[in-house]
Amino acid sequence: MLLYENIRLAFSSLRANKMRAFLTMLGIIIGISSVIAIMTVGESIESSVTDTMGSLGATNITVSLQEKEDEEEGESVEMGMQFEGPGRMRTPTEDDYFTDAMLHDYCENYPDTIEAISVQESLSSGQLLVDKLYANVSPSGVSDGFFLANDLELIDGRYFSDHEIENHSMAAIISDKAVNNLFQGDTDAAIGSTISLVSGDQYLTVTVVGVYEYEQSIYSFGNTSEKDLSTDLYLPLPTARDLNHTTGESSFTVVTAAVTDVDSFISSTEQFFNTYYRNNRNFEVYAFSMSSMLDSLTSMMGTITTGIALIAGIALLVGGIGVMNIMLVSITERTREIGTRKAIGAPNSAIRMQFLVEAMVICLIGGIIGVILGTVLGLVAAKVLDMPATPSISSILISLGFSMAVGIFFGYYPANKAAKMDPIDALRYE
Amino acid sequence: MEERRKMIEMTGIVKKYFIDTPNELAALNGVDLTVHEGEFLAVVGASGSGKSTLMNIIGTLDRPTEGHYTLDGVDTNAAKDSELSSIRNQKVGFVFQTYNLIARTSALMNVELPMLYGGMSRKERNERAEELLRMVGMEERMKHRPEELSGGQKQRVAIARAMGNDPSIILADEPTGALDSSTGRMVMDLFHQLHDEKGKTIILITHSPELAEETERIITLKDGAVISEREGSGHAVV
Ligand SMILES: Nc1ncnc2c1ncn2[C@@H]1O[C@H](COP(=O)(O)OP(=O)(O)OP(=O)(O)O)[C@@H](O)[C@H]1O
Ligand SMILES: [Mg+2]
Repeated sequence: MLLYENIRLAFSSLRANKMRAFLTMLGIIIGISSVIAIMTVGESIESSVTDTMGSLGATNITVSLQEKEDEEEGESVEMGMQFEGPGRMRTPTEDDYFTDAMLHDYCENYPDTIEAISVQESLSSGQLLVDKLYANVSPSGVSDGFFLANDLELIDGRYFSDHEIENHSMAAIISDKAVNNLFQGDTDAAIGSTISLVSGDQYLTVTVVGVYEYEQSIYSFGNTSEKDLSTDLYLPLPTARDLNHTTGESSFTVVTAAVTDVDSFISSTEQFFNTYYRNNRNFEVYAFSMSSMLDSLTSMMGTITTGIALIAGIALLVGGIGVMNIMLVSITERTREIGTRKAIGAPNSAIRMQFLVEAMVICLIGGIIGVILGTVLGLVAAKVLDMPATPSISSILISLGFSMAVGIFFGYYPANKAAKMDPIDALRYE
Repeated sequence: MEERRKMIEMTGIVKKYFIDTPNELAALNGVDLTVHEGEFLAVVGASGSGKSTLMNIIGTLDRPTEGHYTLDGVDTNAAKDSELSSIRNQKVGFVFQTYNLIARTSALMNVELPMLYGGMSRKERNERAEELLRMVGMEERMKHRPEELSGGQKQRVAIARAMGNDPSIILADEPTGALDSSTGRMVMDLFHQLHDEKGKTIILITHSPELAEETERIITLKDGAVISEREGSGHAVV
C-alpha cells in the first residue's frame, strides 16, 4: 500500500541531496558496470570462438606429430651432456611425416567412422595478378576432404577433378573477394581464366576452376580494406607438395561420421598410428578434437567469471557500506521527521519500510547506471576487438537483483534503527 | 455536563526522569485530570512546569512512570506500542509550536499522511485532504511545500493534518507561540470553529492569558502538579 508513496518519497529525498546520493552510488556503479562490461566482452569472445569452432566442426579430429618424451632417464642425462636434452624443439623431417600409405591404411581400417581426411600443405603467401589488378592470397594445397572438413561450399565452378589431382596440375579455387578485386565480381570471367600467382619467390600460372564464398573469421582482426584483404587460394594437394618439395604432412584432420564416439575414436587413432611410430626416435602421434578444446575453453571462461564475480563482490560490499553510512546520516538528519511521523500514528513497520525503500532505490539507481555504463563499455570494447557484441540479459538481471539485495542488506540496520526510535526523543531532537 | 462521556481520565500520573540517580526529577507529580467529550481546555503554567510532558502522555507519545490513564475508554497502560500508534493515528491530532510538517512534501500530501498510515484509499484520502485544506483556507496552496509557506499557513496545514482521521481529541502545544498576534488569532479561530462546529475535544497549551480565557476551563500547572482550575469564557472576546 505504502510502496508507491515510499518510492516517491525516496526520490524526493535523493533529489534534495543529488551530489551525496551520486557519491554514495559510485561504489555500486563501479561494481556493477565492471561486471557487465567484462561479461559483455567475455560472452562476445566466447560466442564467436564457439561459432568458429562449431564451423570447424566439433566432431573433427586433428591428428599431429608430437615430440616424444625421453623414456630412459639415463639416456636423457647423457643427451643433456651432449646439449641435446629435453626442451630442445625438433621439427619433423621428411622421414617423420605421415605418408599417403599410412592414411590409406587408416581409412581402410575404419571405413564406417571416417568420412573424409583433410590434409593441407601451406605455401608462402602471395598475390594474384591480372594486368594492373591484384589480390592478396594465402595459397595452400588441399585434399578433397578439406572442403568437407571446413564446410566450404563453392558459389560457382567446381572442385578439383581426379585428372587435375593426378597430374599435379595448376588448378585453383579462389574466393569471391579475390574475384571482386580481379574481375570486378564477374565470376563467369574468372572461371577458366589463367592468371599469374606470385608465392614467395615463385612465379606461377594458375587456372581458376572454382570460386568459394569468403567468411570473416575472428582471426581476421583489424580493418584491412577489402582491396588488401588476404584470402585463401586452394591448389590440389600434390601440386603444392611439388612446389614445397615434400611428400607428407605433420598433421591432418579427420571428419568423423556423426554417430561416432569421438573420445574413444581419438584413442583408437593414436594407437593405430603409434604402431608406425613405435620405432621413431623423436616423434609420436597425438590426436584431439575441437569438442575437447571447447570444454577446456569453457572451464577457463568459468574461472575468469568467478574471478570477476569476486572483484565485483568486493566493490559491491564497499558500495553497500557506503549506502549504510549515508542512510545512518540521513536518519539522524531526519530524526524530527521520524518523530512527527510517529506522532501522526505511523507504525514502526511503516518507518522501517520507508528507509528500506530509500536504500533500495539508491542501490537500484546505482545498479541501473552501472548496467548502462557497463553495457556501453562492453559494446565499445567488442567493437574495438571487432567482435559481435552480445550484452548478456541474464547478467543484467542478476546485477539488478544483486544491487537490490545490497540495498536490503545494508539498509536494514539503519531502517530498523529509525523504526525503533522513541517518538518523544525523536520529536525533541535538536 | 455531568452526562457527557469521559474522554480523558487520569489518576495519580507521575513522570520521572533520571530515575535512581542523584538528580532524579519529577516532571509530573501526581496529576489527576478528567476531560469530557467536547471540552475546550487550556493548560497554563510557567516554563518547565510539565505542560508538554502532560500533553505527550495524553497523546500516548509517552508513558507515565506511575498512575493510570484511560483515553476514550482505552486503558493505555495495558496497550502495546503498536496499539498506541494506532490510537494516535485514529483518536489524536497533534498541533506543534514548530508546525512539524514533513519537508519537501506538498501541503496536500502532509494532510493525507495520517490517512495514509490509517490505510485509507488513495481517492478517499485525496478528497478528504482537499476538503480539510479548504476548511482551513489553504485550498490555493495545496501543491506548495512547507518551505514555500509562511508560519501561519504552515500551522493551518498542520491543523488540517491533525484533523486527518477525524480524531476525537486535538492536542495543541503552544500552536500560536511562533506566530504574530493576528496570525495567532486566525489559528485560534480555527480551534473555536473545530470546537463549536465539529464538537472536538481540544486541549490547548498556551503562555497567553488572553487565549486561555477564551477556553471553557483553565488548568494551571506548577512543578508538575495542578495548582488551580477555573472556568473561562468559552468564546473569543471580539
Ligand atoms: N526527556 C527529558 N529528559 C529529562 N528531563 C526532561 C525531559 N523532558 C522534560 N524534562 C524536564 O521536565 C520538566 C518539564 O518539562 P516540560 O517540557 O513538560 O515543560 P513545559 O511546561 O512544557 O515548559 P515550556 O513552557 O517551556 O514548554 C522540565 O524541567 C524538563 O527539564
Ligand atoms: Mg512545552
